[in-house]
Amino acid sequence: MTSFNLGLAQIKTRLGDVRANLDKHLAYIDDAARQGVDVLVFPELSLTGYVLQDLVPTVAHKPTTDDPVFAELLAASRARNIDLVVGFVDEDARSRFFIAAAYISRGEVVHVHHKVYLPTYTMFHDGRFFAWGDSVRAFDTRFGRFGVLICEDFWHVSAPYLLWLDGADVMLFSNASPGRGLSDEPRPDTARWVEHVLQAYASLFTAFVAHTNKAGYEDGFNFWGGSAVFDPDGLMLAQAPYFDEALTVTRLDLNQLHRTRYSLPLLRDERHALVAREITRITAGAAGARDKGQ
Amino acid sequence: MSDPLNINTDLARRLLVGFLHEEITRVGITRAVIGLSGGIDSALSCFLAAEALGPENVLAVRMPYRTSAPESMADAQKVIDQLGVQHLTVEITDMAEPLLKRFPEMSNVRRGNIMARTRMIVLYDQSSAFGGLVVGTSNKTEIMLGYSTLFGDSACALNPIGDLYKTQVRQLSRALGVPASILDKAPSADLWPGQTDEKEMGLTYEGVDRLLYLLVDQRYKPEECIEAGFDAGFVQMVVERIRRNHFKRIMPPIAKVSRRTVGYDFLYLRDWGT
Repeated sequence: MTSFNLGLAQIKTRLGDVRANLDKHLAYIDDAARQGVDVLVFPELSLTGYVLQDLVPTVAHKPTTDDPVFAELLAASRARNIDLVVGFVDEDARSRFFIAAAYISRGEVVHVHHKVYLPTYTMFHDGRFFAWGDSVRAFDTRFGRFGVLICEDFWHVSAPYLLWLDGADVMLFSNASPGRGLSDEPRPDTARWVEHVLQAYASLFTAFVAHTNKAGYEDGFNFWGGSAVFDPDGLMLAQAPYFDEALTVTRLDLNQLHRTRYSLPLLRDERHALVAREITRITAGAAGARDKGQ
Repeated sequence: MSDPLNINTDLARRLLVGFLHEEITRVGITRAVIGLSGGIDSALSCFLAAEALGPENVLAVRMPYRTSAPESMADAQKVIDQLGVQHLTVEITDMAEPLLKRFPEMSNVRRGNIMARTRMIVLYDQSSAFGGLVVGTSNKTEIMLGYSTLFGDSACALNPIGDLYKTQVRQLSRALGVPASILDKAPSADLWPGQTDEKEMGLTYEGVDRLLYLLVDQRYKPEECIEAGFDAGFVQMVVERIRRNHFKRIMPPIAKVSRRTVGYDFLYLRDWGT
């Protein structure tokens, strides 16, 4: 497969109403399938809404065939021959709750990512309500090797770096980013920052980077949309409008990977054994970085 | 470097109109009620609400007291005419007077509070009668300084302009076409003749907004503000005002005795389920 159609489903959600959000997912899946989309990416917590607080335990679902919500999504992916990234609250067997994204293909859950970085500062309270994920893994799809990250995960360079080393050529970022920082610029300060890092990752990892953000409001928070796709040269291929709901479709030409990487062999020359040695040394040393996770 | 208080008015308009539209309609309501004083804050809220919901779905209520400045009524009328919003005038003199007369020694502040709370009663009654949410008109400067009457002018269902400093309210109002006479006059609560905000608080909005921006948005310590050139006494006065008035910015604390208590560990957004 040398190319495929990527769809970014920049939706608004109903807070805590999984049924209503599922219906919207199914409608977007139908619309995207009609437009020939092969992979459709929804925002962070797309089945639940973002600022859940004490709603967390009431909206959790398991990404399995016997879960009623996932049963419908799995069936839709099979019937429409479309791969999906959906955001949900995952409850594990021991009742720990995770902000999660599932990659679904042909009626199966191929991969589940748990958000590894939970912002717990200023307006964010993820760490109060959720357990942090403890792995960052690339996975194989019918369109190549992908990676999925959620929001704060990609504010840390280590997460996309690990995906890159693990073989991801297409990075799919799902997000619920509230706009903040009104200045004389035409977009919120947050949008400026996110667009910079997306472009930087695409350029430095010579990979495709796609970002689906939420739209709409939750109380006073605005979610700025602006979902975007960058190619391995760091060029923006497409961008959804700011703030409004939208389905944005882009064709990814995977041959761009070998064209870019021949002339800019950053992956070939990356010395991850050196990185691993130095991280081991730094972590062991007295002056080493604090590691919050296990 | 550009002035940090300058805002992109197209973006601000988009954000605030979207906020009003979505946060009102998602609870199944299509209308709004606004107390229109003739000042810039309520004029701006009214412009935003008219754009968000359509002027036919906005009720502007003028609530003069017998000592209110006649220009206030005239300026409010300009907003009504320009936007084509629905409007109503409810004189509050007959409502407030019996209580004011009962305590003839009453200070200006007490009198002003009674007027502000009387207006709140009228607005919430119209909220029910008209079927619209009360849209707030407090800006960030007065919220931070506590220059408002608790359960009076600060009472509302939602507030589009509470994160804009007064100088930013002016920028956005100018961009939206708020009448010039409203843009140009000295801000006043108009609770007694000759009152102006700046005279009463002993500051200028230009100056205090710059200080608040450093203290609040940029998290400067007071001594860093003094190093940045602000007068030490002014900084101290503003810091103290912010602290002393914090009670106006939060819900009343509830004495916690149970395992789960509203305000501490019963946590949901207003938008729960919508």
